[in-house]
Amino acid sequence: MIRALIPLLIFLGLGALFAVGLTKDPSKLPSELINQPVPVFSLTELYDAKKEIDETIFKGRVSLLNVFGSWCTACLVEHPLLMRAAARKDVLIIGMDWRDRREDGQAWLEQHGNPYSEIIFDEASELAIKLGVTGAPESFIIDKAGYIRYKHTGIITSEIWHQKLLPLIETLKVE
Amino acid sequence: MRFLYAIFFALLLCGSAVAQLSNTEINAKTREVSRALRCVVCQNQSIDESDAPLAADMRRLVRRQISEGKSEDEVIAYMRQTYGDYVLLKPPVQRNTFLLWFAPLLLLLGVLIWFIRASKIQED
Amino acid sequence: MIAELGHFTLILALLTALAQGVFPLLGAQKSHDDLMALGDRLARLTFVLIALSFAALTWAFITSDFSVKLAATHSHTAKPFIYKISGVWGNHEGSILLWTLMLALYGAAIPAFGKTLPVSLKARALAIQGLLTFGFLAFILFTSNPFERLDPMPINGLGLNPLLQDPGLAIHPPLLYMGYVGFSVAFSFSVAALIEGRVDALWARWLRPWVLFAWSFLTLGITMGSIWAYYELGWGGWWMWDPVENVSFMPWLAGTALLHSILVLGTRHQLATWTVLLGISAFSLSLIGTFVVRSGVLVSVHAFAVDPARGVFILALLLAATGGALGLYALRAKTLKGANGYEIISRQGGLVLNNLLLITATATVFLGTFYPLFMDALTGEKITVAKPYFDLTFAPIMMLLIVFMGAAPLLKWSGDSLGSLKGFAVKAVLPLLFIIVATALFGKSVLGGLGFALAFYLAAGTIAAFARRSQGFQTWRAQPAATYGFVLAHLGMAVFTAGVTAMSIWAKDDIGRLKIGESLTLGAYEFTLQSAAPGARENYQFLGAQISVKHQNKALKSLQSEQRFYPVRDMITTEAGFHFSPTSTVFAAIGEGNVRDGFILRANIHPYVTWIWLGALLMALAGFVSLCDKRLRFGKDEPSP
Repeated sequence: MIRALIPLLIFLGLGALFAVGLTKDPSKLPSELINQPVPVFSLTELYDAKKEIDETIFKGRVSLLNVFGSWCTACLVEHPLLMRAAARKDVLIIGMDWRDRREDGQAWLEQHGNPYSEIIFDEASELAIKLGVTGAPESFIIDKAGYIRYKHTGIITSEIWHQKLLPLIETLKVE
Repeated sequence: MRFLYAIFFALLLCGSAVAQLSNTEINAKTREVSRALRCVVCQNQSIDESDAPLAADMRRLVRRQISEGKSEDEVIAYMRQTYGDYVLLKPPVQRNTFLLWFAPLLLLLGVLIWFIRASKIQED
Repeated sequence: MIAELGHFTLILALLTALAQGVFPLLGAQKSHDDLMALGDRLARLTFVLIALSFAALTWAFITSDFSVKLAATHSHTAKPFIYKISGVWGNHEGSILLWTLMLALYGAAIPAFGKTLPVSLKARALAIQGLLTFGFLAFILFTSNPFERLDPMPINGLGLNPLLQDPGLAIHPPLLYMGYVGFSVAFSFSVAALIEGRVDALWARWLRPWVLFAWSFLTLGITMGSIWAYYELGWGGWWMWDPVENVSFMPWLAGTALLHSILVLGTRHQLATWTVLLGISAFSLSLIGTFVVRSGVLVSVHAFAVDPARGVFILALLLAATGGALGLYALRAKTLKGANGYEIISRQGGLVLNNLLLITATATVFLGTFYPLFMDALTGEKITVAKPYFDLTFAPIMMLLIVFMGAAPLLKWSGDSLGSLKGFAVKAVLPLLFIIVATALFGKSVLGGLGFALAFYLAAGTIAAFARRSQGFQTWRAQPAATYGFVLAHLGMAVFTAGVTAMSIWAKDDIGRLKIGESLTLGAYEFTLQSAAPGARENYQFLGAQISVKHQNKALKSLQSEQRFYPVRDMITTEAGFHFSPTSTVFAAIGEGNVRDGFILRANIHPYVTWIWLGALLMALAGFVSLCDKRLRFGKDEPSP
């Protein structure tokens, strides 16, 4: 009797694991960089190919680093939310135009509005790989000391913004 | 002339960063490293096989680091730092993968032992 | 209107399937003949209704009726006619409908071929089949309605994923599902046997052709999938150990075990509980495969669009079907006693070992496929399990299997000793040593030599076994088809082993940036980029390249490769140019670039890669040959000698 139960027990165990697995998104990777400083990099501004940007722009203020690109259709979905957040001055938003052409990135912002205070132009995934970016949009919340505190993969919905990101930003501001 | 050789060899010895790899060596090493790294956006291929743009950028980064004189292991370690164990196509043997690596072997042994024990014992 | 009709017949089928799941079961319980006989008619009716529904969906695709959402999102007026049809199952909703259609087809086939079966056994099996069909119909109607309308109707469709616009797609899923779903018969009969509390040789002999049939189709389907991925995805991989491939491979492994255990049960009335368990497992693994592909729990290049509600539904289906079957097993396994015991050195012992090794192999593939998922679920840590893992774990188990596979058929059913292998061993040892040494010297790989030797040994053992059965080939005409099936299948495995060995040891590839007129040398081959020019066709733009290939200065057929851009989907695909030959397949693929800097060219040489598919096709053929065995004719009930 006990032996006859073994297949059922194994199966139920697997079933339970599948059930837990269903609640996870396998395409989401945890960032290895949580609580690590923003990696050292040196790139240029989207609008000014001569103006160099490096990791020091994240020092001394709480910021949201948002990865986007003119080719990224999902980015359009969260774009209005970023525009409103920028208008309300919720947080300083720094953009990262990823795998794009300068003209295309600029034209895209021209058309849809520019919520970013500065835009890092990362044509060849230099910073993207250092940040472990796998797709756009992706967003990082960075504290005053220039440490990455949170990573969000995919579209920022209004719910995520108000329940997760904004409260975290507020606490980081007074830290 | 001999003096020049001495300088040349001294230079060669003193900094591995200065050591010049030939183009073929760089290519070979780049491909070797690329074959060990998973393309994180395609989710199932090495970056060597993948057509994905991010894989191409990762290959370029690997190539640059190799030509800067980094060893294969160093480049892999660098990628592992940003993408985690996930980026390794072959899972490392460590605490959380012991079961993965050794269960097949244990199962095989168990099955063979069972096979012998469950058989009719030959009487002669 | 036609779409609504299709939807309506699907709802009707849900009701008839439920009736099919309830009445025959009641009838069998109460020994009520009319109720049991109702099962036959209900099974046919369910099948006809689902077939009508499937026809309605196909109509929407053929006529480009984009008010049907599925057609609008997966078809396009500019698409060639054949892909309009195959587009029906090139998406989640359509393919699950095809799945269910086949489930009902098998259900309708049971009464057609089961006239000699005990009435109550047949009624119970039909009821289980009906309940499975009911579950899947409910799944379709509640989570994946293929007939959903779109309002307003779009001017044109979004088109089918260009990767799927290929003859391979037209045949791969139907073949695969014929196999996958075919194991449902083994499942239904296993559960019915558990309810009856009895399995016997008759049961096994009746079920064997069904398992053979399903297994052969599954073999074909997996092989077609491998060929398709090889030339369409352009990575040059014949097997990627992708989760979706793995979940189609696991039912195959379990099905192979089932084929062999059912042989023992049919001949000697042994392994009764084990066979029932395998019958349940083979189909359960198919269900798990469906769960994985449709729920998105594992990311894969093949996976359909993800919807968590679907995952929950299929998991519930899986729990009900497999959980129910195994629960019943726990209660009733005692009643299924067959004869016991086997001798280690005997053909029977070999078959038991075959089963154990195949199950170990299945468990290994299962572990490798799901370990990342389970680890993520339990600890949140992410790892990758891919080819390197399977090469180190699965491959050795299969090699061990081949070692026994070569020798076991030479033994007698029981009461044999190692002495009877002596003659074979003496004859085989010299050629084997020769192969190992020659390959090690010329191919510069000891491992390659061992692989080839293993393949040769398996082939030699198989032929020797045939010689023994046919008194040194004298009575070869009188041998039953099943014996030919065995010979073909095992020879197929030998050919397959040789192909895999060659591919894993001597495959070569290189990438270069070439300007027009420049060449890339790879081994004894020289690839020259002759031309590269843009163009456009029916539904895509392309960069087409001509690559000439020389082998030891002898020109081969020139290769054409294209990089295609599908504007409707904003997607780029690569069409590699192939030159297939029995010994060495050469292919080249063009990548991005321009005339000034040159174009990326990827060149591959794959020795004996065609042998892999040849071997697999031989195995599938073997299954069909076995089906011709007079003793195994569907529904025939003759005592086995």
